[in-house]
Amino acid sequence: MIFSKRTSPYVSGKQDVSSIMRQVLYALIPGTAVLIWYFGWGILSNLVLAIVLAELLEWGMLKLRQRPVRPFLSDYSAVVTAWLLAVAMPAFSPWWLIAIAMIFAIVIAKHLYGGLGYNPFNPAMIGYAAVLVSYPVQMTIWPAPVDFSFVHIGLGQTLQHVFAGSIQGWDALSAATPLDAVKISLSLHKPLSEIYATGQFGLLAGQAWEWVSLAWLLGGLWLLWQRIIGWQIPVALLGTLALIASVFWLIDSQAYASPLFHLFSGAAMLGAFFIATDPVSASTTPTGKLFYAAGIGLFTYIIRTWGGYPDAIAFSVIIMNMAVPLLDYYTQPRVYGTKQGLQG
Amino acid sequence: MIQTLHKLWRNHGGLHLDYHKEDSNAAPVRHLPMAEELIIPLQQHSGYKPTLTVKAGDYVYKGQEIASHTGFMKVPLHASTSGTITAIEERPIAHPSGLSDLCVILKPDGKDDWGNARMPTYPDPNQVDGEILRQRICAAGIVGMGGAVFPAAIKLNVHDNIPIEALVINGAECEPYITCDDRLMREKPLEILRGVQIMMHIIATQRCLIGIEDNKPEAIAAMQAAREELGDQRIAIIPIPTLYPSGSEKQLIKILTGKEVPSGGRPSTIGIVCHNPATARAIYRAVVLGEPLIDRYLTITGKGVAQPCNVEVPLGTPIQHLIAHSGGYTPAAKRLAMGGPMMGISLHSDQIPVVKATNCILVSDIPENEQQPALPCIRCGRCAEACPANLLPQQLYWHSRARDFDKAEQYHLFDCIECGCCAYVCPSHIRLVDYYRFAKAEIRTQRDAKTKANIARERHDFHQERLERAKREKAEKLAKHKEQAQATTDDGKKAAIQAALERAKAKKAEAAAQATTGETTE
Repeated sequence: MIFSKRTSPYVSGKQDVSSIMRQVLYALIPGTAVLIWYFGWGILSNLVLAIVLAELLEWGMLKLRQRPVRPFLSDYSAVVTAWLLAVAMPAFSPWWLIAIAMIFAIVIAKHLYGGLGYNPFNPAMIGYAAVLVSYPVQMTIWPAPVDFSFVHIGLGQTLQHVFAGSIQGWDALSAATPLDAVKISLSLHKPLSEIYATGQFGLLAGQAWEWVSLAWLLGGLWLLWQRIIGWQIPVALLGTLALIASVFWLIDSQAYASPLFHLFSGAAMLGAFFIATDPVSASTTPTGKLFYAAGIGLFTYIIRTWGGYPDAIAFSVIIMNMAVPLLDYYTQPRVYGTKQGLQG
Repeated sequence: MIQTLHKLWRNHGGLHLDYHKEDSNAAPVRHLPMAEELIIPLQQHSGYKPTLTVKAGDYVYKGQEIASHTGFMKVPLHASTSGTITAIEERPIAHPSGLSDLCVILKPDGKDDWGNARMPTYPDPNQVDGEILRQRICAAGIVGMGGAVFPAAIKLNVHDNIPIEALVINGAECEPYITCDDRLMREKPLEILRGVQIMMHIIATQRCLIGIEDNKPEAIAAMQAAREELGDQRIAIIPIPTLYPSGSEKQLIKILTGKEVPSGGRPSTIGIVCHNPATARAIYRAVVLGEPLIDRYLTITGKGVAQPCNVEVPLGTPIQHLIAHSGGYTPAAKRLAMGGPMMGISLHSDQIPVVKATNCILVSDIPENEQQPALPCIRCGRCAEACPANLLPQQLYWHSRARDFDKAEQYHLFDCIECGCCAYVCPSHIRLVDYYRFAKAEIRTQRDAKTKANIARERHDFHQERLERAKREKAEKLAKHKEQAQATTDDGKKAAIQAALERAKAKKAEAAAQATTGETTE
């Protein structure tokens, strides 16, 4: 009898790349559902469009790069990128906006750097940042959150908007996001108590947005529980953001938004659990992850408070992506039997 | 039953695996009928090959030496039973590359006759000098039976300047499927502990820590009962949490003592000596009963065998014989390994014999996800989380793959114990350990080549210097010669001139004299 030969180990764990990516997709469902609840079919059209484009672009790039198509197309990594972009983009984004974002994400940020595992930057955030700096108007206008809004704007109208451009009577429905509203009002030297009184805000932060954030948090906790992500990145990111926000808020609660507002508006939760935790572009050592995520929290606060953009997760993630090689190098753990880790 | 609580330390990483211990640990060890022929590889330990002392056609008794040791890192080899040596030839051995090596082929005569091959016994080892006991352990061919097969006597040779704080007995048996140490501890606890006492006497220590994973309650109970029977207060039986790879020597020492073996060092440098229970028992048998190491406990298990079990068989028994007596193969039998699923070596044939290192024969199927190609590393860091040495496996992988061996060494490549945890958890199914084995082998080859090149260069330099010196010496000699010759010629010339002058003078004088006389005579 002749036996198959291979080196040990002969057993392997149950998780593989596609199962991990699938878990991430499952965890994204609650937040996405709440988004759809408040913002209507537009979110769904973003999602479908982004996923279809992502898989097409992935397939095209794999063909061009002469890579095996099947294992890579079925790893769900492009779907995760597409999904993250779709929920970060304003609802009812026109098709070309999504297409530009996806091209930047999949073609430039991912495949031109070598494909899965080789991209130094988070693809979804590169796609997002590219359209944010190119089309700031389209990117900062969200529809006003309306319960059951898809009752008001039908699927047909949504598609018409997405593929044929804006239709009459829609401007009334759009509104700045809470982060943007606060930023603009603060720049006009309105006190926060007055801004909050406009009715756009709920218990924790922006109305609707706080529920979306809570739903991201729920999905994130599930990822933690399933051990798909580690605690370091979400805890360090949200902790740093909350800490700095608390300090300024305690100094002047009328000029600086509360830590709760920072945590539950915009993309803080999405960023902490789903974006910054992207294994490929994040730091890999336990200590490095803490510094990496703390950096994102810090830059998020700085850009949100004093920078030119209302939300800052994308830029902060990209900035900290650049610091990863350095962080990884200087935060190596102490190896068994040695005095200390490699330090240069 | 519960003795004083012992503080345990935690290692980094590690894995909870599917252990499958219950497949084979229930029944007592079986003794199989003797195989038709025993294949005894000459080299069964780490170190140098012993020297053959028999030839084909010889009759040997059970326990008779068939290869002797002279020199460092050698242990002798003994006949596992009585019979005739039919051949001494190359046969495939248990090696990851399927290599062949010189084997003594023994045809048993069925008598299992010791003749007078048994060594003299030491019924009370405590009265015997440690050095003599060490020599006996070496002469009995005893090596580490946990799988590393390092000569036991060398491990027991401790430096006088580092007192040994404790003897650690590695009863963890953390690899899935393997249960032979479990069975041995249940069935022969007194022999193990007597062996332990002999070792403690040799290394002059007053403390012994026996670590056993808590998934072997029967083994723990049996060992504790035996300890009570012996009444030896110096020995502690310590249950440790079940977590792979707690049975790795370095990891176990950390768990039991909180001390770390320094990188590149040996346990004895921190005052610890570590041995396996089977080694302890072999030492007892060698010293007290005068029996060399010629058989061992081992596990035959996996989905690929019909009746997984533990056996005690003579060394040299072919695996095929073991399988045949364990109900044969099942249709799931696709892969054969010696050792466990995490660190065992793959074998291509069942004609390979049991050696001193064989703790397990694992016949398994091929899991589905192994047929998938490896995906690129997504830097998820699960490998680093699982690594018991706290390495960064992913960095080691990048640098090994890029053949940047200096970098790999900087990342402590040689502190990798090849436990396989990183490869097990890798979601991209990258064969991480293979890359480290490759890098280590390359580095060793390069080092060897470098050493050889250095020796060659030194030789060349020396040769060159010798040539030059010879040349110089020759030149010096020549110069000296010349000088001498010069000196002689210079003197000669002067003398010749002088002589010529004198001759001329004499001639003149003669001529003058002749002229006067001539005138007169004419």
